[in-house]
Amino acid sequence: MTNTLHRYGSAESFDDDYIVFATPSNGKNDIDSLPKLKKFLEMSLPFQPVNIGDPVHGGALRPSKDLHTSANWKRDMTPNFRAVIDGLTEPASVVAIFDNQPAAEQFLKLAAEADLGLSVNMSASVEGAVECCRFAGITRHSVGYSLGFEGSTEKLPNTQLLALSTMCGHGMISSSLAKKMIDWVKEGRRTPDEAVTYMARFCSCGVFNPVRARRILEEARMKME
Amino acid sequence: MKINPDKCVACGNCTYVCPMGAIYVDPVIKRATINRDECVECYACYNGLSTEHLNPSAVRTIRKFFQMGRLRFDPEPDVCPTAAFEPEELQWPRVVRRAFSDPRATHESTGVQGRGTEEVKTNDVTNRVRQGEVGFTIEFGRPGIGVWLRDIQKMTWALAEAGVAFEKRNPFTLLMTDVATGTLRDDVLDEKVMSAIVEIKVGVERTEEIIQLVHRIEKEVATVVSLGVGTRCDDNGEEKIVAPILARLGYKIERAKTNMGLGRITNPVENKPKGEPVSQTR
Repeated sequence: MTNTLHRYGSAESFDDDYIVFATPSNGKNDIDSLPKLKKFLEMSLPFQPVNIGDPVHGGALRPSKDLHTSANWKRDMTPNFRAVIDGLTEPASVVAIFDNQPAAEQFLKLAAEADLGLSVNMSASVEGAVECCRFAGITRHSVGYSLGFEGSTEKLPNTQLLALSTMCGHGMISSSLAKKMIDWVKEGRRTPDEAVTYMARFCSCGVFNPVRARRILEEARMKME
Repeated sequence: MKINPDKCVACGNCTYVCPMGAIYVDPVIKRATINRDECVECYACYNGLSTEHLNPSAVRTIRKFFQMGRLRFDPEPDVCPTAAFEPEELQWPRVVRRAFSDPRATHESTGVQGRGTEEVKTNDVTNRVRQGEVGFTIEFGRPGIGVWLRDIQKMTWALAEAGVAFEKRNPFTLLMTDVATGTLRDDVLDEKVMSAIVEIKVGVERTEEIIQLVHRIEKEVATVVSLGVGTRCDDNGEEKIVAPILARLGYKIERAKTNMGLGRITNPVENKPKGEPVSQTR
């Protein structure tokens, strides 16, 4: 989950983006952590996360390696949360993404009460995380600030493409694909929901936020920056 | 990564999904082709594309008829219809590309544990960044630009000259032949990766100095730099030391990662890594 930190956008643009993840640490609390990680993901489900995942297998929307040709006309776009939990086979950071602060707050409070012993982090706007901690009665331990992008920024794409492509912290969603999806939505060739699922399948750890992506696509449909 | 020319039908879907823009349809051979210099072996094409297993000859024939009639088939954009991508056995030093680009790579052949860094996300159990300290993650190449390792060496040389110690458990540090000078192995300098993170830790009083140093050197590096700054909160969960420094330097902090302090050591004591006494952890 290293680079959920550098998602592109203003603090306001993260109002529908709250990432909560649990991480075991080698040699510290990794032994017997697998059932705790599964429990963490299970506990998130009642709060209706928009995605969950792990860095080994991906998120709730995954590519199929044996797709039937009929999928070109009718394709299952339903996220499979159960497959993520059942498919977790080894200790790794696991993540749950929420599109609203109350859900993130409630989940964080429950995660604290569960006392799993794993490191739990929230990646969000600074103020959003502070408010979630306040609600959950949590005293923050450490904080890592994103100072944004510097250097050869002239090589970066426009802000909407950046906002979409940086929602996979590992860089697996190309800005070319994001541009293509915006174009297809503008042309009416695909709906924003369909475009979102195409991009989500490339995210290798499940941190992609389909609700935020849909919002950005809708904004870009009306006005490409 | 290779594209099997016997399978490829030049549908072009893969040209959009490559984060490095390194795949194109060659107009001479009429097959998708990978620019190997620019490919960072991230496997986004192989891992991310769904695959059908259609007959390539049949698909090419159909596509030819469609093209003759100026008709457009509108297939799913995240599908390789003939499963034409085939991973290849990567040798040193090219395997370094994958280690720093494919988040699912296994790294036995390199001895490198991915791009991953600890930052402060396990700081509640490792106590890596303590009160009065600041941890920097200086990331090169992301999003979507990539970086040649020889470029990063300019930064590691400058940091080493400033007397900064590199994080020992960071995979990039393992590519150095001399951590005292920040010098990388010669045989990896001409490799390009999706991104790499140099991780250091200094006293909080050096925060501004390090940021200014990064600003100076990043001008010599032909890629994007993403800077992350991690620190401890006080006993009340407040952070009133580093944030004011960043504000004074003109940064408007939009986003942060917050460690909730819920972790604790649960492994039996004999499993702790050598050199990290339990007393140093929370």
